[in-house]
Amino acid sequence: MSAPLNPIGPRGLRIEALDADAIARIHEATLHVIEHVGVRFPSDRALDIWAAAGGEVDRATYVVKAPRAMIEAALVTAPPVYPLAARDAALDLPLDGEHVYAATDGCGVEVSDLETGERRPSRLADVAEIARLADALDEVAFHWIPVSAQDRPAPSRSLHELLACWANSTKHVQTESIVTEREARAAVEMAAAIVGGRDALRVRPVLSMMQCTTSPLGHDGGSIDAGLVAAEAGIPVGYMTMASAAFTGPATVAGSLVVGNAEVIAALALMQVAYPGCPVYYAAAQTAIDLRSGAYTGGGPEDFLFGAATNQLADFYHVPLSMGAFATGAKAPDWQAGVENSLSCFLAAASGSDMLLGLGLLNGSRIFSHEQLLLDAEIYSIVRATLKGIPVDDEDLALEAIAAVGPAGDYLTSPHTRRHMRAMWKTRFMDRRPMGVVESEGGGPRAWANAKARELLATHVPEPLEPGLARAMAGIVGAVEREAGVEPAPTVVDAMLLAGAGR
Amino acid sequence: MTDTEFQAMRQAVIDGDADAAEAAARAAIAAGIPPLTAIDEGFMAGMKEVGAGFAAGDLFLPDMMLAARAMQRALGVLEPELKASATERTVAGRVVIGTVAGDIHEIGKNLVGMLLSTSGFEVHDLGVNVSAERFVAAAREQRADIVGLSALLTTTMTGQRTVIAALEEAGLRPPLKVMVGGAPVTGSWAKDIGADGYSEDAMGAVELAKRLMGAAGADAGAAGAGDGAPEGAAL
Repeated sequence: MSAPLNPIGPRGLRIEALDADAIARIHEATLHVIEHVGVRFPSDRALDIWAAAGGEVDRATYVVKAPRAMIEAALVTAPPVYPLAARDAALDLPLDGEHVYAATDGCGVEVSDLETGERRPSRLADVAEIARLADALDEVAFHWIPVSAQDRPAPSRSLHELLACWANSTKHVQTESIVTEREARAAVEMAAAIVGGRDALRVRPVLSMMQCTTSPLGHDGGSIDAGLVAAEAGIPVGYMTMASAAFTGPATVAGSLVVGNAEVIAALALMQVAYPGCPVYYAAAQTAIDLRSGAYTGGGPEDFLFGAATNQLADFYHVPLSMGAFATGAKAPDWQAGVENSLSCFLAAASGSDMLLGLGLLNGSRIFSHEQLLLDAEIYSIVRATLKGIPVDDEDLALEAIAAVGPAGDYLTSPHTRRHMRAMWKTRFMDRRPMGVVESEGGGPRAWANAKARELLATHVPEPLEPGLARAMAGIVGAVEREAGVEPAPTVVDAMLLAGAGR
Repeated sequence: MTDTEFQAMRQAVIDGDADAAEAAARAAIAAGIPPLTAIDEGFMAGMKEVGAGFAAGDLFLPDMMLAARAMQRALGVLEPELKASATERTVAGRVVIGTVAGDIHEIGKNLVGMLLSTSGFEVHDLGVNVSAERFVAAAREQRADIVGLSALLTTTMTGQRTVIAALEEAGLRPPLKVMVGGAPVTGSWAKDIGADGYSEDAMGAVELAKRLMGAAGADAGAAGAGDGAPEGAAL
């Protein structure tokens, strides 16, 4: 059984980084950029759609300039509220604007081995294991592909990863690694197999897709074509800007918001022009570069402000947001990881980001750490409790208890304490032991997180895919491999199917 | 020749002012300063000062890039003069760079190319989505010392292996060195595909290229795959 959902929300504490005037100015600036500077769409199909709709298309540079009225009209058809469905309907995520659902991060290329602590290249077995671990955590509401299955062929890799998530969890999967039309079509087919067909998939999208923009002001052709496949199938699709201040975006937060916003809303508008009413979402993981190296930082004040501001933009366009939070630049689950992930999670959640990415990766989303996943889950649980805010009613004011205890007493044995203490936040990983105990016993947050991950992996059994379904999905992966002319590679369900056949 | 002219050349680079650099280069030619002297004692002197500021932590990557761009503009004026006078600049090495097939990400690669070229390397940038065949042809044609392969996606990263295999098959390696880079590239990946080195950032890539030139002929494994170069050591 998957862990039941326990998302953030409704919030009693809210943060707004932008006032209405600032949002309006960013919107105006964005429309100006799309109309006069343009956004690059290196996809013939996308250019045809833009041209037919009245956009100014330069076939040589792939740059599209679209008038403001066209963008605004297109965005109006995007549905403001829809669900992300799960294999287990009890785990569906209604993106209602009231909740903040967290996911694993993606897409790492190395794993810090749970047993040895050594770093090694990620493989398919890691995807399966991480999905199973995430399935056991109530903080994780859905999956991103956590690491790359580098032991599988490139043309079918994303499908192996997707199948590994579904085979090890009944929660929703949002891919960030499907970047070609062929893979997108196969993924849609796999999702349709789960829910019983293409029509059912529109109602219960067990899959959503996330595509990255190519900042500044550009897109990848494959990502656009893959996104159009998702939009056609009615699968939620989002475009994520990572425009980073002082490198792929202006050095100011507002300027980078404009560049990122132009990339995202131009892509969402394209989806709406092509398939009016298709579910789309805003996605962003903006940050500032390290001014010394030019590297993506994944933390720092600008990063946190992007997290706080972006949901206001998504709300302005009446679409859900999938927001990159966590994703520390730290190399180990340490002080830096705690600071960066706490603040980025807090600010993005306090502003109401519908989907929150992502738990478990270190070094700017490159290295997966089981310990970090568990510690990030704890950060999420702290933020979840904090954002409940401060309810104030007669029972909360506790006048009766205060009178009963009187001056100089204590509340340990007050019935009021017993009524409320279980709702208080409790730690799993904070080290609150007396100093002497720490000195004699050792251990601590990382060791406990490591032990917890091992325990969950030893005990947690997710609801398996039904064999017929598993076979069908593996068949879809195999068909892609044949079409791509690569050697078929075993899927995660092959062993299960063989074992089943032997019984 | 006068100090004023050299000062103008240095200052244009320090200010990162490409227009001023171009003007200073033209003024140097008009004043009869030999192009090689203008490059070495004028513009390169400015680059060295910027490099020192970077190493000291007073300047940042954008300062470096602006200086590099100014320097390149000046070189654009001075190099034809060099050719005309049949003198050749001593190059630190010849580098062919590009983003591998199937990948269109170019910003990181451009950054490395710019910093390499202003660090004295002759850089031939093949652009993005470059096939293994084009890398081989360019490496041969340009008599490259180093080939630099960029990839941003885990799925296109495998193209780095393909290019290395093609370079080997073409009989170019050794002595040709290969350096790889891009967000998903790691030290173990670089080692696994037989690259001579990798860097996590552009400044480190310049340092790596210098090491590879120094280590030409020596054990390629010593080129330092896996460790980031110290900051600010590049110039």
